[in-house]
Amino acid sequence: MAGIWVYAEHHDGKLKKVTFELLGKGRELAQGRGEELGAILLGKDLDPLAEELSPYADRVHCLESPLLEVYNCDAFLEALSSFSAERNPSMIMAGATYQARDLFPALAGRLQKGIVVDCLGVELADGGRFLLRKPIYGGKALVEVAFKEEPQLVLVRPRTFPPAEPRSERAEVSKEQIEIDPTKVRLKVLEVMKTAGEKVDITEADVIVCGGRGLKDPENFKLLEELAEVLGGVVGATRAVVDAGWRPQEDQVGKSGKTVSPNLYFAVGLSGAVHHVMGMDTSKVVVAINRDPMAPIFQYADYGLVADLFQVLPLLAEELKKELGK
Amino acid sequence: MEIVVLVKRVPDSEAQVQVKPDGSGVTVEERYGMNFFDSLAVEEALRIKEKFGGRVTAISLGPSQSVEVLRTAIAMGVDDAILLEEEALLGGDEYATARALAAGVKTLPYDLVLCGREAFDDSSGVVGPVVAQFLGIPSVTMVTKVEVEPEQRKVKVEREAEGGRELIEAPLPALLTAQKGLNEPRVPPVMGVVKAMKAQIKKLDLGSLGLGPEEVGQKGAKLEVLRYIEPPKRRAVKYIKGEPPEMVKELIELLKTEAKAL
Repeated sequence: MAGIWVYAEHHDGKLKKVTFELLGKGRELAQGRGEELGAILLGKDLDPLAEELSPYADRVHCLESPLLEVYNCDAFLEALSSFSAERNPSMIMAGATYQARDLFPALAGRLQKGIVVDCLGVELADGGRFLLRKPIYGGKALVEVAFKEEPQLVLVRPRTFPPAEPRSERAEVSKEQIEIDPTKVRLKVLEVMKTAGEKVDITEADVIVCGGRGLKDPENFKLLEELAEVLGGVVGATRAVVDAGWRPQEDQVGKSGKTVSPNLYFAVGLSGAVHHVMGMDTSKVVVAINRDPMAPIFQYADYGLVADLFQVLPLLAEELKKELGK
Repeated sequence: MEIVVLVKRVPDSEAQVQVKPDGSGVTVEERYGMNFFDSLAVEEALRIKEKFGGRVTAISLGPSQSVEVLRTAIAMGVDDAILLEEEALLGGDEYATARALAAGVKTLPYDLVLCGREAFDDSSGVVGPVVAQFLGIPSVTMVTKVEVEPEQRKVKVEREAEGGRELIEAPLPALLTAQKGLNEPRVPPVMGVVKAMKAQIKKLDLGSLGLGPEEVGQKGAKLEVLRYIEPPKRRAVKYIKGEPPEMVKELIELLKTEAKAL
């Protein structure tokens, strides 16, 4: 049996955090079904990454090719579809990231298989069947589904599962020879533009301090930056302030922006419009700070401060600095 | 340029959604419209047509009320609209839906197929790329900029990616999914609305798509829906009162001891 695979996504030589979250869940599922847990890497010169994955999986499949050096949907699709058609894993899990959400739906089409995107739960039921849970209507309901056939393609929302603990056993690293027909690679990646610099991606952040129009001026976001820095978090923004050009699109939390699930979420000077809440309602702990006691965001918060953010934020940053010994 | 746009009728984001007590389905308030990301796709198709000429056709799969979103597309300026309407087509997963939509696209000439990055109701973003696979053409998702070069038979696009953007070139025909930022969809002009009310919406059934009932809808689906569940509810908000310095101290204490979030 080819087992359960976790797609080990990497950028600039670094594995994405969600990979380790899925290896944790994958271990539980693989044990439950008596299957092998595999990590699958696509790229070029994968040895260091394979080494890093080794304490978490039973096997690391390395698919190396010069055509896989930079992410290209066509090239990755050729490699992954031919390899999985040959090995027939029972499931391939990946994070619901930009890359996987580009690649895996195409893989589903190519393999003629089903796919579940933005999964918030995977359980093994009696009889060895996987039950998958995903939000619909922006999280106003959940649906539980099961696959009719394998391999099952599952994209999980980042930060849904805790990261795996390393084991003392090491994985077997299999270098897989993969031939990609260059004529099948129709897309050309002309340029990859990094705009975020070294900033932690908002979907991977432990702490998010998100601001809305109540900040009154783009300059005032420095108050959020200060609080985020103390907590080792990142700053998010609502659609209103992104559309106003105060903050970049990549910081937008909500239905037309990013879906986030941090451990701690500060909603500051934002009302809590439905499309915003849809992007953050799986956050573990939510603190809302707003002058308006009627703001809907308080219905989605654990702790509510009906207060002037301009008074509260500097105090909060200062007190936390003392508290955390920074 | 022959452009096909896939559009879906979805509930408004403010619509009430109730899970039925027996978990067999959901009840959705009657507030529907064109999926936001699809309206970006329609707008982009119209802009390309305005620049290079050609035709734009909108296709939707859904119940008969989906005619409304096709009329919206016509009001915005698309030339033709096709509804894939038959009981057997409904209730399928993204795979089965994509198979039917791809069959619909194949009845037309096409250089470019456009759709939204995802639909509001299931937020999967699967249908577009699967349609591309059924058509045997490349797909690029989350596109924020499109430059067509009809003579070179290619399109250059920018897509949102991890930590930035990617500039990608695809040969035509290709399928692109629209992300916010691509454009600002136009408000249909009055003349367009009048035209849309009178327009004929073409309907295609299974036979004309060349598909059998076992290939589409629930039967053609790769996923089985087991039940619908209420989302977990957050406990009631705890308001922290007092003057800002006290508030801040109490909040930190609660985050430390109760929420264990620090």
